[in-house]
Amino acid sequence: MTDAYVVGVDMIKFGRFPEKTVPEIGAESALLALDDCGLTIQDMEALYCGNLGQASGMVGQRILQQIGQTGIPVVNVSNACATGATAFREAWASVKAGLYDCVMAVGVEQMGKGLLGGSGGGTGIPKEGLLGSGTMPAVFAEAGLEHSRKYGTTFEHFAKVSVKNHHHSTLNPKAMYQIETPLDTVMNAEMISYPNTKLMCSVNVDGSAAAVICSEKKAKELGLMGRAVKVRASVLTSDPWQERDLVMPDVNSCTRLAAKQAYEMAGLGPDDIDLVELHDCFATAEILHYENLGLCGDGEAGRMIDDGEVALGGRIPVNVSGGLLSKGHPLGATGIANIYEVTSHLRGEAGARQVQGARVGMTHVIGLGSACGIHILEKV
Amino acid sequence: MSNKPLPVVDYLKIPDDGDPYLEGHKCGSCGAMFLGERKVCSKCGARDQMQAVTLSNRGKLYSYSIVYRSFPGIDVPYISAVIDLDDGATLKGNLINVEPDPANIEFDMPVEVVFDDALGRKDRDGNSYISYFFQPAS
Repeated sequence: MTDAYVVGVDMIKFGRFPEKTVPEIGAESALLALDDCGLTIQDMEALYCGNLGQASGMVGQRILQQIGQTGIPVVNVSNACATGATAFREAWASVKAGLYDCVMAVGVEQMGKGLLGGSGGGTGIPKEGLLGSGTMPAVFAEAGLEHSRKYGTTFEHFAKVSVKNHHHSTLNPKAMYQIETPLDTVMNAEMISYPNTKLMCSVNVDGSAAAVICSEKKAKELGLMGRAVKVRASVLTSDPWQERDLVMPDVNSCTRLAAKQAYEMAGLGPDDIDLVELHDCFATAEILHYENLGLCGDGEAGRMIDDGEVALGGRIPVNVSGGLLSKGHPLGATGIANIYEVTSHLRGEAGARQVQGARVGMTHVIGLGSACGIHILEKV
Repeated sequence: MSNKPLPVVDYLKIPDDGDPYLEGHKCGSCGAMFLGERKVCSKCGARDQMQAVTLSNRGKLYSYSIVYRSFPGIDVPYISAVIDLDDGATLKGNLINVEPDPANIEFDMPVEVVFDDALGRKDRDGNSYISYFFQPAS
């Protein structure tokens, strides 16, 4: 099978764009990704589009109606917060399979404000606040406190994740926010669901990101290998059965399974990874994934954040983009925005937040329900 | 409208002549426990081996969150608790009769299941409901 390369990738600055339509927001990053590699929509043989909010709304086709209706196949993808990564993976798979030599993946979301989740569905009466909580801050608080019960992880450990990621975002002009949030500010912010304060919850924003993927042959033909980044691993898992997963969505097993498969596919290990963009939908979640991704041993995540190993300049910088906590989390776009971030570092184009000497990077997302997508990228 | 309160979920049973109880469905092949009726076990894939079992009214707190921000109309704060019942089932519910402060909540604290009116919530037809709650074991 051919190797597949990211030859063009970009994202728009995340923000709130209520005056725009979802296809308009998606079209912006699609054009940016084409410009990044100097190709046109006529060069694209297929489009894979990730969006949740209008999952039945043919968003991919409507993006082409904005930027060029060339008659190519369009696949619209919806997979919770793994939507963007899933669209990217489908694009990658089509090139790996030899179906196409040059395709595009776009992820886009328009979010609005407020709590996500809740257990209000079904018949009868609302269950939220009656049978516990199904809101996302509470679900991920419960997942975080599961780590606390095992390893003594504290509120302060979790809060430090948010301090770090908000600091990183001050160096990222495409993040929603560029604001320092010291530890006392994070811990004293409005408590949403203990131990997650408001500053420990991802930011609901609108945004899009897009990538152009080529086969090795095509990338060479087009003279695009100079800035191309090789996809060393692409993995998608669902949640394997766990005894509590009916009431406690399990973000750990599907991540561990995906990480194992990704390292095997890439022929690499955690020590080979120079930076990670992982799914910090809540500060509590990031702590879990240091261990789930093998960045440290089980029970060492608290020490990792205390010692600064995961900060820019540390042993294995995590979420130098600012992460979902401060860059923002437009659900369908996040997975491809992660690809943009890691690619920028591998190309040496990440500016003030550049991870020096980065050659290999990892992206990770979790869609609750659950889906885990992991990609390992390498500059060759 | 029903003359009797209805169960909040289908795995809460209200017998005509006895106390409410929670019902699990246990796989006869691998022993996995589920809430609600099903035909196939999602752990081992065995078909038609599910057996209804009455769940224990006692358990331990596995994890929790204290919810301060919820949807409009929901009283906060409250404790959302993940409880491991003594016979292997896990449920989520409100932990009541504990001040919602981390200092008062310990992992593995013993709890008991209690049944009561569903916080006054009624459906569109005016039916009232019985729900389950957890409280520190007496």
